[in-house]
Amino acid sequence: MSVTDNPVVLEARDIVKTYGGTRALKGVNFTVRLGAVTTLFGENGAGKSTLMKILSGVEQPTSGEIVLDGEPVSFASTNDARDRGISIIHQELSLAPNLSVRDNIFMGREITGPFGVDFAEETRQTQQLLDDMQLSIAPDTLVQDLRVGQQQIIEIARALSVNSRILIMDEPTSALAAAEVAVLFGIIRDLLAKGVGIVYISHHLEEALEVTDFAVVLRDGNMTAHGERSEIDLEWIVRNMVGDNFDLGNPPTGYEFGEVVLSVEKLTVVDRENPERAVVDGMDLQVRAGEIVCIYGLMGAGRTELLEAIAGREPVAGGDILLEGRSILQDSIAERLDAGVGLVPEDRQRDGLVQTFSIGRNLTLASLARNLRNGMISRSTERTRANDLIRAVTVKTPGPDLPIGALSGGNQQKVVIGKIVATDPRVMVLDEPSRGIDIGAKAEVFGLLAEKARTGVAVVYSTSEVGECLSIAHRIIVMRRGRISAEFAPDVTKDMIMAASGEAAAA
Amino acid sequence: MTTTTTLIANRKKQFSLTKLLLEGRAFLALILIIVVFSLLSPNYLTLNNLLIMASHVAIYAMLGMGMLLVILNAGIDLSVGSTLGFSAVVGGYLLQGVPINLFGVTLYPSVPVVVLISCAVGALVGVINGVLVARFKVAPFVATLGMLYVVRGAALLMTNGLTINNLAGKPELGNTGIDWLGFNRVFNIPIGVLIMVVVALILGWLLGRTRFGRWLYASGGNERAAELSGVPVRKVQVWVYVVSGICAAIAGLILASTLTSASPTAGNTYELTAIAAVVIGGASLMGGSGNVRGTLLGAFVIGFLSDGLVIVGVSAYWQMVFIGAVIVVAVLLNSLQYRRRRRARKSSTPEAPSPKTAERAPVAA
Repeated sequence: MSVTDNPVVLEARDIVKTYGGTRALKGVNFTVRLGAVTTLFGENGAGKSTLMKILSGVEQPTSGEIVLDGEPVSFASTNDARDRGISIIHQELSLAPNLSVRDNIFMGREITGPFGVDFAEETRQTQQLLDDMQLSIAPDTLVQDLRVGQQQIIEIARALSVNSRILIMDEPTSALAAAEVAVLFGIIRDLLAKGVGIVYISHHLEEALEVTDFAVVLRDGNMTAHGERSEIDLEWIVRNMVGDNFDLGNPPTGYEFGEVVLSVEKLTVVDRENPERAVVDGMDLQVRAGEIVCIYGLMGAGRTELLEAIAGREPVAGGDILLEGRSILQDSIAERLDAGVGLVPEDRQRDGLVQTFSIGRNLTLASLARNLRNGMISRSTERTRANDLIRAVTVKTPGPDLPIGALSGGNQQKVVIGKIVATDPRVMVLDEPSRGIDIGAKAEVFGLLAEKARTGVAVVYSTSEVGECLSIAHRIIVMRRGRISAEFAPDVTKDMIMAASGEAAAA
Repeated sequence: MTTTTTLIANRKKQFSLTKLLLEGRAFLALILIIVVFSLLSPNYLTLNNLLIMASHVAIYAMLGMGMLLVILNAGIDLSVGSTLGFSAVVGGYLLQGVPINLFGVTLYPSVPVVVLISCAVGALVGVINGVLVARFKVAPFVATLGMLYVVRGAALLMTNGLTINNLAGKPELGNTGIDWLGFNRVFNIPIGVLIMVVVALILGWLLGRTRFGRWLYASGGNERAAELSGVPVRKVQVWVYVVSGICAAIAGLILASTLTSASPTAGNTYELTAIAAVVIGGASLMGGSGNVRGTLLGAFVIGFLSDGLVIVGVSAYWQMVFIGAVIVVAVLLNSLQYRRRRRARKSSTPEAPSPKTAERAPVAA
């Protein structure tokens, strides 16, 4: 049986979506069939989530049309889309933890009788729903008392309770244990038998292939390939996802590495909510002056926690962090900056920039002491330094006095990097420095890092895009569940890196 | 990039009049108030009346400037009215003499010592506020609301609810002179107004030219980013409440001196007037933006408006309605201004195409 025989229920035609100057989707066609799982593959920033937001009414396309049951439609909101039978289950849970399972399932569409909400009827329907899904959860259980995996399933139950014909699942298994994934896949098969159309997104390629009927691959906002399950395999997906790489540079050569600058010894960081679980589990890492180390891993592998622990943001449960042989574990973030360890955080809007500040003030914030003359901030020194930094990290701006919000994502990222460069660091730690910036800016950011390494700075950056490991890094470390699962030289292949991360375990 | 910048520049030009009206609104409001009341009463626009009004304004302005620092930090200090009353009572109490039972003597501290101790009391209230907020993570609203009650209670306890009427001191004890604060004039300008000017200059310098000022604006604008940039955000947070407490204490002494009495109920609800002055002055309650000049203007708007209403004989009840309306309009304009700014930022900044993925989500075990 071929899935192309299944009726098409939803079609997206030539969808273009632009944010400011960035084109997130560049004319994508996408089809959802009833009774089949259509899986979207693509790296971070390829446009998967944007496409799903458009299909579920969260965002409107800049151009292109959505056709539902043969008729062009436009969704004003998620409620609008839901009323027409399209539900989305987000990566991040959208349940109210303080309410019961029943209240969450009927949130926003409570059944009301003459005496207010008819809780008895709601409970009955919830029980029915949970029984159908073979879940042994009582309807009056508080959501916060459930495990994350169960919460995810409640979210799915909520989508089902509105009789969705199309169910969009964005990374539904990222928080699930293996047994729960099996339950979820069982539910998906039941849904298919009932004729529901499913759109599935996952980074776990292997796992996703298990339920896929039809695969679509996105890259940089374009659809690069599509095919039925029988025609495709893991290798095909990876090839189309990653593509012929845009040149992100090569590891800088022609100099000797210096001494070990940063030394992480048996470092353990525990989950703040669940101290039993180590998110970084006895890690060892040495980085020499002038060396660039890339840390690759899936979501939740512990990359962010490792890097934030080095910078002093994340409390450490065990082990030690040495800078040039001296432990910096007791030092505050400010003291570590002074000593020469600076972090470029993952989320630049939340952790990197002061939005109320100008470009110049953001650039010099971490090195304010150098703007002082006679104990006061000297406007002229500040200006000179800001201009120097703008040139050093090649921020494209007419001047340092513009608000930071006037810059594009890539240039904002350069400002965050410039802020750390301004402190004359010995070690630069960057968490996903390429997130949400376009390919040209990525190359510039990596070029900057290579240049800093040449001057003897030790650089550690993390990424979740395998192509970026094979750019400027002298050494590639793959993290999996808080530990180093593999270490590679730059001549490694993408497949080997992905295999070590658990992304394509059986490949 | 260049096109985006030109776009912004154009937009700025386009809305320059609206922008001028928005940014200079406190100033325009002040001029409007002066013009209207001058027409209504011949006594309003006289030098003498202006100076009297200015000395009333000084009290609000002192509280407002302290409050400004707290609001720049995205906090709020509801305890300033109580601190004002408490420091006044402490000052009055000290001037009555402190009996030391152990030695059977009574200490009569000199006026400078009284002033210092009163300010220290204000600073202490600030330290408690700051530590509650910065160290124990109590919401500023709640922490300072608690202190509002505690400090007011302490003031009432000190005098048994009575007002201390004699602040003159005795020449033979060498503790006279507190009335200098409230009555004396230098070059015909009341001392209270001069103190306000001095404090404004100091705080303006602190905010504009020192590292502390930059730290304060940074941590108010984005605390997480400031912390990662090495800003000692906790220390800054404690200090803003300390400065606010000291400002309130100075205001308390000036008020007590002007009234020649220290009442434990003085300054009741003044915290709200102070917040209003800061907001009318264009500061954002979200933190990170606002300045001393604006807050001073805000204090003048409130002071000149309420005194004007008294002079033209508007009933006290109507005064409340008017002042309330002014505050609401000011906040309304604030939200317009910040919304415009946000919109301008939004339309020129592309968000990351991929949403924030849950990096911290637990892994499948």
